[in-house]
Parts: sequence; C-alpha cells; structure tokens
Amino acid sequence: MDFSLNEEQQLLKDSVDRFVRENYGLADRRKLVASPDGFGRDNWRIMAELGWLGAALPEAYGGTGGGPVETMVIMEGFGRGLVVEPYFASVVLGGSLILQGGTDAARREILPPLAEGRIQLAFGFAERQSRYDLFDVDTKAAKSGSGFVLSGHKGVVLHGGGADKIVVSARTAGARREKAGITLFVVDADAAGVSRRAYQTIDGLRAAEVALENVEVPADAVIGSVDGGMPLIEDAARRGIAALAAEAVGIMDTMQSLTNDYLKTRQQFGRPLGKFQALQHRMVDILIACEESRSAALIATLRLDDEDASRRDKAVAAAKVKIGQSARFIGQSAIQLHGGMGMTDEMQISHYFKRLTMIDLMFGDHAYHLKRYPAL
Amino acid sequence: MDLRFSGEDQAFQEKARTFIERNLPADIGEKVKGGLRLYKDDYVRWHKILAKQGWLVPEWPEEHGGTNWTPVQRYIFLEEQARAYAPRLVAFGIKMVGPVIYTFGSPRQKQHYLPRIVSAEDFWCQGYSEPGSGSDLASLQTKAVRKGDHYIVNGSKTWTTMAQYADHMFCLCRTDPNAKFQEGISFLLIDMKQPGVEVKPIRTMDGSQEINTVYLTDVKVPVEDRVGEENKGWTYAKFLLSHERSGIARIGASKAQLDKLRQIAAAEPCGDGYLIDDEDFRREIAQIEIDLHTLEYTELRALTASAKGEAPGPEANVLKIRGTELQQKISELLMQAMGYYAMPFVPEALEHGYNEDPVGPQAAAPLAAQYFNMRKTSIYGGTNEIQRNIIAKMVLGL
Ligand SMILES: Cc1cc2nc3c(=O)[nH]c(=O)nc-3n(C[C@H](O)[C@H](O)[C@H](O)COP(=O)(O)OP(=O)(O)OC[C@H]3O[C@@H](n4cnc5c(N)ncnc54)[C@H](O)[C@@H]3O)c2cc1C
Ligand SMILES: Cc1cc2nc3c(=O)[nH]c(=O)nc-3n(C[C@H](O)[C@H](O)[C@H](O)COP(=O)(O)OP(=O)(O)OC[C@H]3O[C@@H](n4cnc5c(N)ncnc54)[C@H](O)[C@@H]3O)c2cc1C
Repeated sequence: MDFSLNEEQQLLKDSVDRFVRENYGLADRRKLVASPDGFGRDNWRIMAELGWLGAALPEAYGGTGGGPVETMVIMEGFGRGLVVEPYFASVVLGGSLILQGGTDAARREILPPLAEGRIQLAFGFAERQSRYDLFDVDTKAAKSGSGFVLSGHKGVVLHGGGADKIVVSARTAGARREKAGITLFVVDADAAGVSRRAYQTIDGLRAAEVALENVEVPADAVIGSVDGGMPLIEDAARRGIAALAAEAVGIMDTMQSLTNDYLKTRQQFGRPLGKFQALQHRMVDILIACEESRSAALIATLRLDDEDASRRDKAVAAAKVKIGQSARFIGQSAIQLHGGMGMTDEMQISHYFKRLTMIDLMFGDHAYHLKRYPAL
Repeated sequence: MDLRFSGEDQAFQEKARTFIERNLPADIGEKVKGGLRLYKDDYVRWHKILAKQGWLVPEWPEEHGGTNWTPVQRYIFLEEQARAYAPRLVAFGIKMVGPVIYTFGSPRQKQHYLPRIVSAEDFWCQGYSEPGSGSDLASLQTKAVRKGDHYIVNGSKTWTTMAQYADHMFCLCRTDPNAKFQEGISFLLIDMKQPGVEVKPIRTMDGSQEINTVYLTDVKVPVEDRVGEENKGWTYAKFLLSHERSGIARIGASKAQLDKLRQIAAAEPCGDGYLIDDEDFRREIAQIEIDLHTLEYTELRALTASAKGEAPGPEANVLKIRGTELQQKISELLMQAMGYYAMPFVPEALEHGYNEDPVGPQAAAPLAAQYFNMRKTSIYGGTNEIQRNIIAKMVLGL
C-alpha cells in the first residue's frame, strides 16, 4: 500500500495550494460571490491554462491523462479556499458524464473546449419531488422524428444558470420511480423552450431551476443508451461524492487549523481558551473527525473504478456518511469555539461552515446513505 | 402529586389563548411562522397590544404593572404566545433591566423608567459583552469616570442585540480601575440618542442584522442614572442573569417549530409517499418530542418549586443548555427536511409580502439561514460551556 502522491500529483497539489493562497482571500471570494457570474472568468482561464480543467481527462480529448486522484487533489485544494468557480459542476460532473457515456464524436466535440475553459457544463438530475433518489425522474422525453422532445423541470442545478450545455435526465420509458427507462440528454442552454431561473445558494455558489418546455433535441444528444441512463447517472454521482468528500476534507482541515489558532490566541479568564480542558477535548474530537474523513474520502476515491461493484458502492456511501457526520460535528463545534465571532459574516470560519453544511445535502445526506448502505 | 393543570390554570389557558387569537396581527403571525424577517415595528406593535391589556410584564410586582399570575400561569401565557406564532418578547426591558430597577433602583428611576417599559414606549438593549470580555465578563474594560454629577464613559460594547432600535442601554462599566474584577463595576443606564454613542451593525452569517458594536466616546451619563451603589454593579448584573427563569428553555417556541416541521414533512415528497412516513425521520421527530416533553416537565418542576418559595437549584442552567440544544436540533431537521431546496438563498423571499414564486417549496426559503442563525443560542446569554462550568462549580461543588 502507498497513499502518497506521485511527483506530478504533488506538483499539481503545490500549484493548486499556491493559487488558493494567492488568489482566494475572503475579500477576493466575497467579490466573486457578488459578481454577476458568481465566479471569476480570469480564475477560470488560469485553471484551464494550468491544465486543471483537463487533469482527469485523457490526452485524446484535450486532457493530461489523470484520474480520480487528480480530481481529489484539486477539490481538496479548492475546499481550502472555498473556490467558487464551477469546476465541480462543469468538469467533475459534466466531464464525467460525457467521458463515461458520450460517443467518440460527442467527446471530441465537448471535452476539448471543456478542458480549455471555453464551455461550461451542468448536470440536472434532481426534481422537485425526487429528493435524493436519482432514479425518481418525471421529466419526459418523447420520440419525435429522429430526435426527442423534452418537457419537465430540473431543480437546483448547480451552476445551471451559466452553463452552455446542461446534461439532463429524462424519462423515455417506465414509471416515475423506475430505474429503467431513463435517458441522458445534452441540451443547449439557449435552445428554444429552455428557461432558467438562476439564484445564489446559501454557501455562496450559484444554481438554477431549469424548465424544459417542448425542447427539441437531435438523436445524437443522447448520452449513453436510450432507456439505459441510470448506470451513468450513478457513476457521475459516485465521482461527484468522492470529489465533494475531498473538498470537505480541505474545508475541515482548514476549520481545524483556524479554530486551533483561535484557541491559542483568544484570551479569557487570563489565559488562552486553549488551556480549558473542555475545549481541548472538543478540539481533539475535531482532529479525530478530520482524520476519519480523510481516510473515508481517500478510500472512496481509490475505489471509484473498482471492479467489485459492492465494494465500490460501499466505499462511496461510507464516505458520504462519514463526511456528513463530521461536517456537522466539526462545523458546529468550530462556530461554538469561536463564540460570538463565529456567528459573524466577517470571519471566514462561518463561510467554511456554510459550505460544509451544504456538502452534506449534495447527492443525499448522511442519513440517506446510512440507510442505503446495508443493501449495497 | 398531580400532573394536570388545575382547573383555574385551565381556565387561564383558555382566556390567554382566546386573547392571543383575537389580537395577534395576522401579518406578524405569518412572519413568525414563515421564519421571515421581523423589524422593530413588529415587536413594538405586539408589545403595545399586550401593554394595553396590562399583560406585558406579568412577573413584575403589581404596584409596577405586574399581574400577580402564578409562575405556572406565566409559563402558560408564554406557551400560548409561542403556539400562536407571536413574536418573542424582547427581554431587555421586560425581563432584565425592569426587575433590576424595581429591585435596586432609586425612586426617580422607578418613576421614570418603569412606566415606559410597561407601556412599551422605550426599547432597551443590553451592554454587557465587550470585544475582550465575553465569557469572562468581569474583565470588562469600558470606563466610567466621575466628573461632578456625571460619568464620562469610554469604551465599546459588542454583540449588542437590537442596539440599532434601542432608546436606552443598560451597561456595565468599570468605575474603579484598581479594584479586583467584579468589585469595580457599576450598572449605568445610558441614553442611546446622544453624541458619542455610535452603533455599528454586525452582519451575521445568515445575512441578518440583529447585533451591533456600540462605541462609546466621552458619553455623558448623569450619576442619577447609575443603578444602586457605585462599584456594586456586578451584584445587579448577576441578579439580572438569574432573575427570570420561566421561558428560558423556550419550550413553547420549540413546540411550535416542531409542529411546523411536521407540517413541512407531511407535504414534502419522499419516495412513494411523504417525508413524514419515512421511518428514520419519524424516529428523529419522536426523539425530539421525548426530549421536549421531558424538558417541559423539568421546567414545570422548577416553576412549581419556586411558586412554593423553594430556592432555585441548577434548573436555569440545565434549561438553558437543553433548551438551546433542542432549538438547534429542530432547526437542523427543518433544513434537512427540504433536501436540495435548503440550498437556494433568495434574501428578498425572507421579507413579508414577497410576491414572486418561491424557489421550491414555499416554506423552504428561510430554513437554512435559520439553522445557521440558531447556532447563536448556545453562545449568547452565557455559552453552554460556561453554563456547564457553573453547574459543575455551584451545584456539584467540583
Ligand atoms: C447573536 C448574539 C447576541 C448577543 N447579544 C448580546 C447582547 O445583547 N448583549 C451582550 O452583552 N452580549 C450579547 N451577546 C454576547 C454573548 O453573551 C457572548 O458572545 C458570550 O458570552 C460569549 O462570549 P465571546 O463571544 O467573547 O466568546 P468567548 O468567551 O471568547 O468564548 C469562546 C469559546 O470559548 C469557550 N469558553 C470560554 N471560557 C471558557 C471556560 N472557562 N471553559 C470552557 N470553555 C470556555 C466558550 O464557551 C466559547 O465556546 C450576544 C452574542 C450573540 C452571538
Ligand atoms: C450577555 C451575557 C449574558 C449572560 N447570561 C447569563 C445567564 O442568563 N445565566 C448565567 O448563568 N450566566 C450568564 N452569563 C455568564 C455570566 O455573566 C458569567 O460569565 C458567568 O456567570 C461567570 O461569571 P461569574 O461571576 O460566575 O464568575 P465567578 O464564578 O464568580 O468567577 C470569578 C472569577 O473566577 C475566574 N473564573 C471563573 N470561571 C473560570 C474558569 N472556568 N476558568 C478559570 N477561571 C475562571 C474568573 O477570573 C472570574 O472572573 C452571561 C454572560 C453574558 C456576557
């Protein structure tokens, strides 16, 4: 066994960490969050130039041939800076879907500009009634000539407002909660019948409600097979969960060190807070939760392409459970230990807390995955 | 022993419920239930309605405007307000400075300040905490220097809830810089509308603006606005902290939030049915119900004991700890109930009268923000760690 990064991965990590250190102070982030796009076009260009957007794509499609570990390294670094660029939605989710399910032509068309930062993808999988069930799809795709006509509503599509193309799940057969009969389509965001309502999320990102009203798409808009989209959706969700787990680890690690520093500097009763044993023990439990989360995130990442499906699925669900539980404990504790300061918008700790809390909700919260786990 | 409310208490409950139903303005109830933003006017309107009925300060002595209700009846009254989604009563005048004034104040202070609290004319805020003095409140540094018949006050207070609305602040200041901590502190009543008082808002992580820093620069405070003796302020401050125990656990508000949670879960699709049918979720709700029920009777035990004149025990601190933990847990479940729709943050949707279609379910808009906001409850009023320290020291003798 070896859990160390290879040389290129270490270089990647160093460059991501440097970028975050130099460009992602709280004031920088605040500006980006408040800007019309909700992220930095310049940052996005830099990320493309440094090869991060293509880090997990094969060279044939404009990438540099990495995989889940590269994604993990980037996401963890982005967690430290609370990066708001749409890397997760566009590259991790959108990129995986096209890479794993697209035809060679689709990959050639979409992936190189994705890696160059020229187009942005988003993934619309949730619906108003679906909660966390990926197979609960009510959006309809009816055959029409050689193509399809889509109608329905996709909810809380991460970075859906700024995306050029949105991959959506729609039902080509079967009933609302059947696993079979779901098909994935790439829809141009400016196609007739697509309307979007974009908004901020509580953690400073962007999302959108995407309404589809008789949206016509050609046959080659299908990703994967007709009626057979579910395995692809699940694959993207697993890759998404592993990436989010890495982001969460970056956030938790940062919250741990910020809180530890605070306990060393803030004085009450004539001594640093860190001298009070009740707080020392809480801090130690935070450290333990961080370590466990890091292990869980790592296992999930390394098992993404495991040939044993049960082992793979369990590792991913376990990571989501562990991360969600740790997020709750570490987030709440870090705020508490900062006292009144922790409640303020001015302190970065509260921004980490908000993002960490929302990560638990993505692709199902800890309770959801704990419930699925025994059957995996 | 008898678990039931007496017939008299039941009749009282009926009377209180009817009054609240008839008099709580609908828009205010909607704001509270919907978790929308409340402003000074909302609080003051409700305070004035109660004031007109003579019910704003039930726990005060009758000579100053109290009602002579029993502690259990006061409990019922608070409970009924929460049940109807009335706004919580702003404690600073009613529960904090008022009792300090009628217990320790001069005749002039009683005559001048108390009627204005009873009639909801004045809005108060609490100037205890400072940037350097939170849990270790007795280390506070704001100075009041005596100059003839005035004190000149310099320093800053922080986390001051609703200071932006306040006419007056009761304020702990150091009047003897050489005395040991608790001994050199005085309790001053400061007019907020005067030169040298600057209120600067602090935005909290949920985007709301309810706390402030108050800068005091050469602020003149007449000596007659000092409560009690010079350098004895800590005694009054601590009296205030331990004074009114009914309602500290906010059981009524938690019950109302739990009701809301049930309503939301009953409407929230989950699988083939609704979230309310989900076994895990039912279990969470059941746990909260059990905890709330148990805490309620812990509070009632304390109240009936104090009605019989027994000395207060550890209940106030126990109620604060468990009460805040439950409030926080319920706010967490409310957020979780929404699934993905907890994420959208549309600040305008938190204002009453927002007309656009909600993003997702109608109830969703404020829930994540509320969860983040509720983290304050284990911090303010003495953090839960400090509450535990107090129990360990005062009750357990450790
Ligand atoms: C929303 C809000 C409203 C408030 N409103 C008011 C108001 O109106 N008026 C007012 O005067 N104040 C108000 N406060 C201030 C509040 O009372 C203080 O925040 C609180 O007393 C904690 O002080 P601090 O923030 O300085 O935290 P600190 O005292 O710095 O504490 C930081 C952490 O250390 C822990 N800690 C400190 N000492 C010990 C110890 N000895 N043992 C174990 N743990 C310890 C604390 O529990 C906390 O977790 C408000 C605070 C908030 C958040
Ligand atoms: C706005 C605000 C609201 C509050 N509301 C409440 C409330 O409703 N109920 C309530 O019970 N408390 C409340 N508190 C907390 C309370 O004011 C005191 O912070 C707390 O009671 C401790 O002060 P004390 O006088 O009991 O200290 P004491 O126990 O008398 O201690 C005296 C001195 O001992 C030292 N000391 C005390 N504890 C420790 C420790 N853990 N480690 C090392 N040295 C220590 C300090 O030097 C301290 O000054 C509130 C605080 C604030 C700021």
